[in-house]
Amino acid sequence: MKRFTRLYDELDATTRTSEKEAALEAYFREAPPADAAWALALLTGRRPRRGVSPRQLRDWAAEHTGLPAWLIDECYDAVGDLSETIALLLPRCDEAGTGRAVEYPLHRVINEFVAPLASMAEPQKRGLIVRLWQELEPRQRYILHKLISGSFRVGAARRLVVRALARVAEIEPALMEHRLLGSWLPTAQDLAALMSPAGAADDPARPYPFFLASQLDDPPETLGERAEWLAEWKWDGIRAQLIHRGAAPGPSTAVLWTRGEEIASGAFPELVAAAREFPVGTVLDGEVLAWERGAPLGFAALQRRLNRVGVIPSLFPDVPVIFMAYDLLELEGTDQRAVPFEERRARLEALVERVPEPHVLVSPLVEGATWDELGKHRAGSRDKMVEGLMLKRIGSRYGVGRTRGDWWKWKIEPLTIDAVLTGAQRGTGKRASLLTDYTFSVWRAGELVPIAKAYSGLTDEEILAVDALLRGATIERRGPVRIVRPELVFELAFEGVQESGRHRSGVALRFPRISRWRRDKRAADADSLDVLLAMLRAAKR
Amino acid sequence: MLGVGEAGVFCAPGRGPGFHIDPWRPVERAVVTHAHTDHAHWGHKAYICSTTCAPVLKARYGAELPTQPLAYGEAVTIGDVRVSLHPAGHVLGSAQVLLESQRGIGLRFAGTEPWEPVRRVVISGDYKLQRDPTAEPFEPVACDAFITESTFGLPIFRWCDPAEVFDEINSWWRQNIERGRTSMIYAYALGKAQRLLAGLDPSIGPVLVHGAITKLLPAYAAAGHAFAHVKHAGLDEAKRFRGRAMVIAPQAAQHTPWLRKFAPVSDAVASGWATVRGTRRRRAIDRGFVLSDHADWPGLLQSVESSGASIVGVTHGYSQTLAQWLSERGKRTFTIETRWVGEAPDEAAAEAEPDSGAELLDGAAGGGADERGALDGAEGGST
Repeated sequence: MKRFTRLYDELDATTRTSEKEAALEAYFREAPPADAAWALALLTGRRPRRGVSPRQLRDWAAEHTGLPAWLIDECYDAVGDLSETIALLLPRCDEAGTGRAVEYPLHRVINEFVAPLASMAEPQKRGLIVRLWQELEPRQRYILHKLISGSFRVGAARRLVVRALARVAEIEPALMEHRLLGSWLPTAQDLAALMSPAGAADDPARPYPFFLASQLDDPPETLGERAEWLAEWKWDGIRAQLIHRGAAPGPSTAVLWTRGEEIASGAFPELVAAAREFPVGTVLDGEVLAWERGAPLGFAALQRRLNRVGVIPSLFPDVPVIFMAYDLLELEGTDQRAVPFEERRARLEALVERVPEPHVLVSPLVEGATWDELGKHRAGSRDKMVEGLMLKRIGSRYGVGRTRGDWWKWKIEPLTIDAVLTGAQRGTGKRASLLTDYTFSVWRAGELVPIAKAYSGLTDEEILAVDALLRGATIERRGPVRIVRPELVFELAFEGVQESGRHRSGVALRFPRISRWRRDKRAADADSLDVLLAMLRAAKR
Repeated sequence: MLGVGEAGVFCAPGRGPGFHIDPWRPVERAVVTHAHTDHAHWGHKAYICSTTCAPVLKARYGAELPTQPLAYGEAVTIGDVRVSLHPAGHVLGSAQVLLESQRGIGLRFAGTEPWEPVRRVVISGDYKLQRDPTAEPFEPVACDAFITESTFGLPIFRWCDPAEVFDEINSWWRQNIERGRTSMIYAYALGKAQRLLAGLDPSIGPVLVHGAITKLLPAYAAAGHAFAHVKHAGLDEAKRFRGRAMVIAPQAAQHTPWLRKFAPVSDAVASGWATVRGTRRRRAIDRGFVLSDHADWPGLLQSVESSGASIVGVTHGYSQTLAQWLSERGKRTFTIETRWVGEAPDEAAAEAEPDSGAELLDGAAGGGADERGALDGAEGGST
């Protein structure tokens, strides 16, 4: 685990992309395949199931070290991360007099310790963890804690991992991404298959890398002539690929892949059944939407469905779903991505026309001869429950990743509200020990009710300034949350309002973030809940 | 009696004028534990310090500084209090102050008033137990009351063998040379810088130091630490040795044009705070090496234990935490609010250069007798 720990530290130590990539590449060249396979799984976001709760870790550390709980809490306060606090608290191997540290390969740590942990009884868990504490050095304990608590994260973007691995395998990054999107297990054998030379057998379930649109911040005129572009609605659902492929002589494969690189077939069985109505060798790109009477039901409804894996759709008539197709990536087993966009669309329309399947629709074009006319349609987005417009260049191919230039999302301006900061919590990672996770409230009948939590949108300097002000304004602590004097006002931007049983205010904001610090306003100047309720009523109409 | 007033910790003997220990305002007579600026303030009329501390103080404040050097173990009697200095292991010339009185010394800190006077009090200043060839090694001093710092007074702070840390630093330096980068370590000009110089492997490449450090090297040479291979990091040297040199500089150099002469640079800090990932990352510095001139948690507990003191006063750092821990283990404890910093987590605040003294001069009238008035409860009075 030493080599993996070193990689983690190297990725943690630098903010330079080139150095991160070099560290990853060196790791994949040097590490034994069984370890590299697990490292790859962890680096691409697969997390072992949580086997131990933070509470258990803390209690065992207290028993093992003989330190009182208050002192462990003091340490946690200084460090801001429980995994790290406990890793540091325990005596080092040389101090404890138990001799040298033991070195376990990463794959053994996971297969023999981390993975079985979840199904162990509490005393066995405790015995194993205490043993590992005595055998591992503090940095390795830290990684272990992150792994067993299901909170392992690493400071390297997925695309860096893919690029480094592709370089070692000597294949195109896009092909590596394609392979990684498929199903593979963190074993030396599957890693060897991922690293094999180009041309290896295709997995029928494998999706194409998604082409992502860029945010259009400038006026659309900067894109050139209106006639060079096609416009569609920007749907507010789950981006997905619907695949039906043959694996002759066996049965065909139908699968729904989300952009989060997960198979979502279990949550949407009616869409998978719909895929089977299409000819073998079809891949559609589009959006899963909760849909009723020809209009979207909104993202909140879709979320209710997502949380019920393995549902029988007829049992949930309240949330019917459809697949809103807007691109055709594969037709009759042939890759369509190099075909010009308008032609792909024409083929998509023709295909969907032929297949009488009510769960698959084609995203209609939005007409309007000029940018101005199109802008008028965009202004009506919120009433249509869409997020704005998509602009796609005529003649463009289906790209890889977020390549700028051909696909733009021309979103409507976010909704905003002025809210008071009433609670704060420490951040994580770089912001551990700073108060960066804030709770915001608005007025209702003379009292402040919480409406949202948000943590992004401030500059580092503003974060430091807010942190200092909040530390002096703490009224009360409730666990990790500090309740602060309501003094600071911020403008929050968000995409929509939903009803919520979880917030005392009865509403929840979609994608709330801080848009600016209103130093010019006092708490009394903040908005009231009525503003949000009006937005909610408008959305429902 | 011993207490804390506006100018700092003050000892008033049974007869005659008193003296301060590491006061933060100019006073008549100061016993100074070591030459870091949060402990050794400018403007006192007399500085009682160790023999090896005196040249460092003069290097900082000028050759005319009125020092009264004392060898370790040697004593001076002020009133009926015997004052002696003992090695603290923090930096060159650092000392613990032992106060002895047959009549007893009354402790006058918050919460200590009803306690019996004690015969032997040690004020530790800053100290460490770890090996450091550039500082006289810490010696435990038996006492009834021990006043300790607590900069790193949490059990998460446990130092590794410095030899391991220097292995890491040296291999980082080699790696930087391979990548054509200058290695830059930010460290306190006094103490940490010289400790680094002693631990670096000069066979790897040229070693340069910032002017703030160059200034202090003669005082180290006088104490037998020559550092003959070390060069001043001037512009010519920057041009010649860029890409392979190791440069030691105070933290304040981080965003200066001087630093850019060494580009491309990979930088690091050597500090006890590097233990914690968050502080390491917030400083936007490439590497953090855990090397501290303060006692870690086991070190603090060990020094309290070996002093044999039943009363422990805790100053700058995690003072409440350490005091609570010790009182749960049968010690009588109190905390003292001082302006001593030890080692600041986010910048070299404790090591501000000693030339910003204008407003400090205003307090120069503060004399012994006035201090005693302040101690007796007239806070905010004549000083």
